[in-house]
Amino acid sequence: MRWLIDYIQGYLSSNQTPGAAGNWFWATVYVLLVFVGLSIAVIAMNWLERKILAHMQVRLGPMRVGPHGLLQPIADALKLLLKEDIMPAEADAVVFWIAPFIVVLAAFTVFVVVPFGPTHAITDMNIGILFMLGVSSLSVLGIVTAGWASNSHYPLIGALRSSAQMVSYEVAMGLAVVSVIVMTSLNAEGTGTLSMIGIVQAQQAQHTWFVFKFFPLGLVGFFIFAVAMVAETNRAPFDLPEAESELTAGFHTEYSGFRWSLFFLAEYSAMIAVSSIAVTLWLGGWLRPFPNALNGPTWDLVFSLFPGITFLFLGAMCFYNAARMPKHPLFKIQTIGLAGFGAVLALIGLVLFVPAARDRVGDIFWFAAKVAAFMYLYIWYRGTFPRYRFDQLMKVGWKILLPTGLVLLILTAGAGFLEDPVKEWLKHVL
Amino acid sequence: MTDPNALSSLDLETPDKTFLDANELVINMGPQHPATHGVLRVILRLDGEKVLGLECVIGYLHRGVEKIAENRTYTMFNPYVDRMDYVAAVSNGLGYCEAVEKLLSVEAPPRAQYIRVILTELNRIASHQLWLGTHALDIGAITPLFYTFRDREEILKIFEKYCGARLTTHAFRIGGLQYETYAGFEKDVKNFVAFVKPKIDEYEELLTTNRIWLERTKKVGVISGKDCIALGVTGPVLRASGVKWDIRKAQPYANYKNFDFEIPTGLNGDTYDRYLVRMVEMRQSLRIIEQAVEGIPEGPIMAKVPKVMKPPVGEVYHSIEAPKGELGYFIVSDGSTQPYRVRVRPPSFVNLQALDVMCRGQLVADVIAVIGTLDIVLGEVDR
Repeated sequence: MRWLIDYIQGYLSSNQTPGAAGNWFWATVYVLLVFVGLSIAVIAMNWLERKILAHMQVRLGPMRVGPHGLLQPIADALKLLLKEDIMPAEADAVVFWIAPFIVVLAAFTVFVVVPFGPTHAITDMNIGILFMLGVSSLSVLGIVTAGWASNSHYPLIGALRSSAQMVSYEVAMGLAVVSVIVMTSLNAEGTGTLSMIGIVQAQQAQHTWFVFKFFPLGLVGFFIFAVAMVAETNRAPFDLPEAESELTAGFHTEYSGFRWSLFFLAEYSAMIAVSSIAVTLWLGGWLRPFPNALNGPTWDLVFSLFPGITFLFLGAMCFYNAARMPKHPLFKIQTIGLAGFGAVLALIGLVLFVPAARDRVGDIFWFAAKVAAFMYLYIWYRGTFPRYRFDQLMKVGWKILLPTGLVLLILTAGAGFLEDPVKEWLKHVL
Repeated sequence: MTDPNALSSLDLETPDKTFLDANELVINMGPQHPATHGVLRVILRLDGEKVLGLECVIGYLHRGVEKIAENRTYTMFNPYVDRMDYVAAVSNGLGYCEAVEKLLSVEAPPRAQYIRVILTELNRIASHQLWLGTHALDIGAITPLFYTFRDREEILKIFEKYCGARLTTHAFRIGGLQYETYAGFEKDVKNFVAFVKPKIDEYEELLTTNRIWLERTKKVGVISGKDCIALGVTGPVLRASGVKWDIRKAQPYANYKNFDFEIPTGLNGDTYDRYLVRMVEMRQSLRIIEQAVEGIPEGPIMAKVPKVMKPPVGEVYHSIEAPKGELGYFIVSDGSTQPYRVRVRPPSFVNLQALDVMCRGQLVADVIAVIGTLDIVLGEVDR
């Protein structure tokens, strides 16, 4: 018994991720935490997307199930679970059954290496970024099998479009990623890293986020990735596989009920996954903003209060809306529910002001906040852009992003090579 | 031994033809398809994603409106015309009323003429707004639909206050108007004009310079002015191809010759030009409304029309510029209370002919854009 407690406690003094430290207990705990956190994020994203999109389009969005439709995602999930699970008679049953699991597996497995903080990751792989790109591209396999197994025209065309699109944009995406890996090697030893944690630490060591490195090269790389990741996740304006005016619902047309909800879950967790890559590679991962301009212990304290303030603000918003609820007795439960939800959020906010708590969640908060900004961008795109045509989509991928990525890679390498000599020379000239 | 049937059954070289191997693929779009604006059925011949040709199958919404006319009196038929182009019911009513007035040789009094112009132009804006929303939705921009419907609501409110109906208004009567305007009509119209002007800029902000919108609409569904005339295409589609033909200017009816407005024309005859032409048309309609609402004269709203209408024996053709193009009514009278024959020339029906010409060589996704840009209403195509 004693050794078990020692085993558990032994990790607490470690400054590694549980996977790297080889502690199975904490690794399992982290896996569960990430899984639960991701599920909550997908549920929240579902609600937020409907609400934000609705407000962009001068309508209200879900308002009936729970206060301001807060329970709508849960109601939807229940409905999907209770629906009849239809499998087309002509479908290839085994493949049809496996396809959604491949997609979900690929979308969730990538979170093994996502660094929420210097030690807040399930594990720190030395090939972390390769692992992420590799595993996330496995979802193409699931989509192709889903389209094939349905044995129907529209899903097949949708699946072909999806896979063509994802494969082509992965090339440009890879080039942008390589330019970041080149940047990580700009240190005394001259060795780069592929580890997700290592990439963030390299940004910390170089006192800049890679999006601002070698301006505008970092920004261009970030832009390429930001475009490619939208195409990679099949979202507007690259949502051709799901173009409802042409193909009804694309590769998952024949899926219903729980199987369909797995595709839905995978789509949203894939969005979060690629956003995490972008945040880690270009936006400093868990690092707080303005580390150079606003440094010192006072500013550290101010920034460490942000998580608590955010939750208090969310709680206050709930109370404000609870006060604005109609006073009719029918709305009593909703008002109490919303106020209760606000109270829970405010309580979390207060807990986050406690020094012990706020030091531990600071990095997770900044990481989540940056990812949330990307999620908002996804919704914003959907509300603003028309849809690309398929040939135009391929043109953007192969004729614009790919050459730009190649040139960027060469320029980044050149800039890294010439940085010190040019500085020397400038000193000499001036 | 040399049985040809036995040999052919062993011929393993015969490829297993599936729809992927075929070099020509025929697919059927509609009649239940989200992007065909109702119950249009399009049979597409495709080479991969390229359109080799297409055929429209219509008639799923046929109600025999023209035949109904032969069994109704002139007055009784009036509400039926609203059900043809239900997005622009007021224009349909105007065309019919003016055609019968021509047959009866009466003219609506000036006050009625002015109010007719205001309501028709309001309806033109409503029709274009609905077109814009659905057209953008087909191309994948979902937000303009909600913006345009929000603003179209204000027009429908004015209609509702005026005659009680929002969509199939039956706003006019043969010889003038049935209803005097309500108190505050002029104020409502002026408020609407001031309200909708910045809103049109808002739609343009979302689309006009949007890169993806430009790529999806420029050089898509091109049709030349000559082809348009050969096919009888009218309305914004004709004008976007560079032909300055608008019946409001060419053969002025109602009292359009009293108003100052421009006829916008395009250069390339592509989907983007048709979009721009309609956007300018909305602004020009606002100009007409502004002038008309300032100058509404006092006076009666009905001309002297007999209770039981028995037009003299003869025939008449009268056409007006509906939001979608030339809307013509050909009425034959045998001197009785019921028309002997009514033939409608609906703009959507004639414009739909151009779909084949516009879609050849384009991709499947463009067919959807072109159906949207033609601005057809199936109620009018099938009648």
